[in-house]
Amino acid sequence: MNARAEDPRLTGYDVAKVRADFPILARSVHGKPLTYLDSAASAQRPQTVLDAVNDYETRHHANVHRGVHRLSQEATDLFEAARDTVRRYLNARSNREIVFVRGTTEAINLVAQSYGRPRLQSDDEILITGLEHHANIVPWQMLCQQTGARLIVAPIDRTGNVALESIDARLTARTRLVAVAHVSNALGTILPIREITRLAHARGVPVLVDGAQAVPHEDVDVQALDCDFYAFSGHKVYGPTGVGVLYGREQLLEAMPPWQGGGDMILAVTFDKTTYNTLPYKFEAGTPNISGVVGLAAALRYVESLGRSRIRAHEHSLLQSATRRLAAIPGLEIIGTAPRKAAVISFTIEGIHPHDLGTILDAEGVAIRTGHHCAMPVMDFFGVPATARASLGCYTDQDDIDHLLAALEKAREVFA
Amino acid sequence: MDLRDLYREVILDHYKTPRNFGELAPADGVADGHNPLCGDRLHLTLQLDGDRVRDVRFEGKGCAISTASASMMTEAVKGRTRAEVAQLFDDVHHVLTERDYTPSQDLGKLVALGGVREFPARVKCASLCWHTLNAALAQHDATADSQTPPPNISTE
Repeated sequence: MNARAEDPRLTGYDVAKVRADFPILARSVHGKPLTYLDSAASAQRPQTVLDAVNDYETRHHANVHRGVHRLSQEATDLFEAARDTVRRYLNARSNREIVFVRGTTEAINLVAQSYGRPRLQSDDEILITGLEHHANIVPWQMLCQQTGARLIVAPIDRTGNVALESIDARLTARTRLVAVAHVSNALGTILPIREITRLAHARGVPVLVDGAQAVPHEDVDVQALDCDFYAFSGHKVYGPTGVGVLYGREQLLEAMPPWQGGGDMILAVTFDKTTYNTLPYKFEAGTPNISGVVGLAAALRYVESLGRSRIRAHEHSLLQSATRRLAAIPGLEIIGTAPRKAAVISFTIEGIHPHDLGTILDAEGVAIRTGHHCAMPVMDFFGVPATARASLGCYTDQDDIDHLLAALEKAREVFA
Repeated sequence: MDLRDLYREVILDHYKTPRNFGELAPADGVADGHNPLCGDRLHLTLQLDGDRVRDVRFEGKGCAISTASASMMTEAVKGRTRAEVAQLFDDVHHVLTERDYTPSQDLGKLVALGGVREFPARVKCASLCWHTLNAALAQHDATADSQTPPPNISTE
């Protein structure tokens, strides 16, 4: 292992201490120490998140925004404090711009149905890119079926990058929305969101950003990015599953009709007429995932305590050395070699199907993702049925990469 | 959990050198199998001699387990009647999922697939070809006019 690269005195980042915050990393799998390289699918949770959820459940739980009793007030305070934590994390202007949802997928569906459906007409266009996750493809296809709009795709190049010119060339008088990933889950490509919003806004087109893979690694300042919608999930950023966030520019959210109807999203209901609640509650029908929201806020505070730039520097150094070592393996091809990448290495090995790799690595305690990564068009583009993907997080260390390399060697022996 | 139970010599051999690989034309039955989890695709064609499978071939891209299973299956079902094929699939299916199952017949090298028992995520890899074979036989029954497109079988 490369001790120097991890010396906290040199890097200001003590990965051993970070690992100690994640109890699950102490367990073993098939008698081997767990090597968790699947954080892009779902990241593990630090003790502080587990504690926050547990504290909420054991001491403060009641429904929010409803009761006059003490517990309801405490639950509401925690819930709304969490909203403020998210607002600060994203540097949004107002808490009215922070809508809690189930995850990135629900956030994008909300925008498709509430922003898109009333506005889009036949032959209008929605522009996405060739590297999108299914969650940023299918909701738009459904919207196209409903409205007669067309889905336009700015393709990727052989490195897995999307050229700005390719986006610019597809912005037309009919483009009504641009929806792009901040970071590709299958390839790791980081897209230049600020430049994309500049191009789109020059033509008066709003931009939705799928930030699921970016929030754990990148600085996400929605004002600096100048995006109109930003969606992410709690569980990719060391928080719970089943909770996520939609950021929306206030004047856009204000003009959008509610997506789901029910409790909490109303001010007054009679059988003749319902008056909708104000932002953000208009979009939060039904009792929310309160403990999830509390856990998400704890996760964001945890990431801030480590420092996003320090996490990024740590991951980037690992990404570079791991990429170099993997590329040296005979028959190994790295899929996704864009100049700007985050925390993801997708690869194939000649003669070994990714599914077999996944099984052999698992026997060595190494957890990676194998398959199409919910990005089948990306697999089609590169002409592979699937890839193996190792993804990094704040707790990944050189030992993890060493274990990966050793397990890949084992796989090559099995298939020699 | 021992990897050698899964990746036995005979399985690696059939993966690296699949038997009956290719396409039969004309075919009496055609079907495509797909495992969306891993992206595996299997194109299977067969010729019948009355009630018997005269010849069967497959092509496609798959993992070692799905490729080897398809390769060994094509060897095993040639010359068998539909009823015999059904009985063989029944035995194989039990072998893939049950530890102490006693097959009704000598399964030959097909028993090597039993290693997937310890790897539940991989059972579908081994059974995809059998479901596809069933679909190809059913397609033959359903489409005397040969206008109907071949069925798509998905394990998900």
